[in-house]
Amino acid sequence: MPEYAIEVKDLTKRFGDFTAVDAVSFEVERGRIFGFLGANGAGKSTTIRMLCGLLDPTSGMASVGGFDIRRQPEKVKRAIGYMSQRFSLYEDLTVAENIRFFGGAYGLTGKALDARLPWVLRMAGLAGRERSLTRTLSAGWKQRLALGCAVLHEPKIVFLDEPTGGVDPASRRRFWELINGLSEGGVTVFVTTHYMDEAEYCNDIRLIHAGRIVAGGSPQELKTAVIRNPILEVSSDRVVDAMEVLQKEPWVLETSIFGTSLHVSVADESEGRRLIRERLARAGIAVLRLDRIRPSLEDVFIHKIEEQDGAAGAGEGRP
Amino acid sequence: MSVLSLCCLRPVIRKEFRQIRRDARSLMFMTFLPAFMLLLFGYALNFDVKHIPLAVVDQDGSRASRDLVDRFRTTEYFDLKAVLPRTAAIDPVMAREDIRAALVIPPTFSDDLLAGRGPAVQVIVDGSNAMSGTTAAGYAGAILQSYSGRVTLDALGRRGLTGLVVPLDTDVRVWYNPELRSARFLIPGLMAFILMVIVTVSTAFSVVREKERGTMDQIRLSSIRPLELILGKVVPYAAISLGSAHLVLLLGQVLFGVGIRGSYPLLLAAIVLFLTGALGQGILISAVTRTQQVAFLIAILTTMLPTFILSGFVFPIRNMPAVIQAVTYLVPARYFLAALRAIILKGVGLWAVWPQFLFLAGFAALSVGAAAVLLRRSETERPRRRRGRR
Repeated sequence: MPEYAIEVKDLTKRFGDFTAVDAVSFEVERGRIFGFLGANGAGKSTTIRMLCGLLDPTSGMASVGGFDIRRQPEKVKRAIGYMSQRFSLYEDLTVAENIRFFGGAYGLTGKALDARLPWVLRMAGLAGRERSLTRTLSAGWKQRLALGCAVLHEPKIVFLDEPTGGVDPASRRRFWELINGLSEGGVTVFVTTHYMDEAEYCNDIRLIHAGRIVAGGSPQELKTAVIRNPILEVSSDRVVDAMEVLQKEPWVLETSIFGTSLHVSVADESEGRRLIRERLARAGIAVLRLDRIRPSLEDVFIHKIEEQDGAAGAGEGRP
Repeated sequence: MSVLSLCCLRPVIRKEFRQIRRDARSLMFMTFLPAFMLLLFGYALNFDVKHIPLAVVDQDGSRASRDLVDRFRTTEYFDLKAVLPRTAAIDPVMAREDIRAALVIPPTFSDDLLAGRGPAVQVIVDGSNAMSGTTAAGYAGAILQSYSGRVTLDALGRRGLTGLVVPLDTDVRVWYNPELRSARFLIPGLMAFILMVIVTVSTAFSVVREKERGTMDQIRLSSIRPLELILGKVVPYAAISLGSAHLVLLLGQVLFGVGIRGSYPLLLAAIVLFLTGALGQGILISAVTRTQQVAFLIAILTTMLPTFILSGFVFPIRNMPAVIQAVTYLVPARYFLAALRAIILKGVGLWAVWPQFLFLAGFAALSVGAAAVLLRRSETERPRRRRGRR
């Protein structure tokens, strides 16, 4: 057995002169939940599609379940389960018909399929609704059914491409419980998301921006290792004005807006507090609250992106 | 793994049948639209000209002129609708399309006839519809010709020259469609047209729909191979369209009296070959397109126009300019149509239609083969952005 479930080395995908994934490298340990985080268009789906064998890489190499994705794509297919954000089910088939079709599509027949059918129904919470048309199900149910169909053939590695898009928070939590269950059963889970809060469920994370990995580690490591400077949260009814004022100050390292508050990164907390109050008072902007906060993964992400964009300069024409 | 082991074919076929069954609109589209179009085209696309409404201006009013009018009245080609007093009265009636032809007999008709001066009879035809106008003129000409022949013989008889015959007696016989009914000629063409359009459009939808819903990715990651997917999709659609082809044949027989003269197995073989090709073309289209709208557009453009215009369905290929004629060789319906007409109307065997069969087989092999190759390749392009940027 290979040490890693997934190994990626300098994986690159170019579409014309657009580089969607740029020399990405990482390893995923077996049985772990591996989160691939990034904004829409950052290269998450392209990476996952290459690893599944749906898309040919331009260069670089990767192995999934010990099989080379270029030379053994058929073996990779047998070893993995894949679920996309679109919950790729047949809406005009019933729950049971979907399960039976995908079972047949993975080569399950007769008894093996009969045994898996109730398992999927139980897991998705759809027992008793076998005969419902899939299109009548709510998004949360569809999502769990899609996951059930993706793991019908009991793959050791599961790829989930933005599996929680468009699903209500309660269903999202329930879905993550299922993912945890899979992981406890020894299945390696590779999941992409742009919800930063979901990243907290992962054992290991990579942040991807503009096709490049900008940070990696466990959620805890990322929060403590990446951001060393204190972050102060300024609540104000004029956050945009406040940001414009503070951005000009040399002692302000970074600013970003989170709803009605402004996150300001400074070198020293007490000095920072004093300067912020003073500067904003002079600009006539009322400060409702000023607190030091623990950095969230979102802060980490923004910090890393600004760091990279600053290094790369404004030359790149990427949105 | 053997190429011929089609382990995953059955789940695909079962799934397709279920989906078609639940999609009442598509099912109606495939089964009843052909029959409906046959009715529509069969009655509307009628080039036969019978019962042409006729007006007569008999300025002579003699026994001879009434005799001539009777000649027109007693054929089924003309219906005497009006007897008008003057030629000037024709125009308003014809403009209203109450009549399409008029016969004007001059006042001197019987006198001229008796004197052997060769009276001039005028036939006026509504040329605004060139097709029926020409036919009406032809019929009128033929009636006048035969009348004139008889008059000549009578006149010669009165002068004592009996036992004369017309020197050249033409005996024109029309084979395969003795009454020259356009339904005979059109129904095989309609079958080709209907099957080509319906089959290609409905299969083109089937793969693109899977792409739009994302189920195509799941299928590509499963054990289903492209050939199994194609066959699995072709089999149900082929079965249904074969059924609708028979419905068209049956209606052709019952409503238009177009029976099958030739061998049924041969006809079936031609239909199956053609259907396979059309199904392959549909899948080919869906392999290279990404949205149902585009697939629909391409399917319609590549089937409807060529099949209607370039297959010999309505417009004879041999009257087309050489360049266009060359293009018709690329239209599969051309061969199917030729084979259908030969088998249904002429009752010929394989000896007469093997070249058409060869072309149809080639079309089927090419389209299914290309579909299998392109389906495999179609996903290596840039993934479509699923959502707009936020």
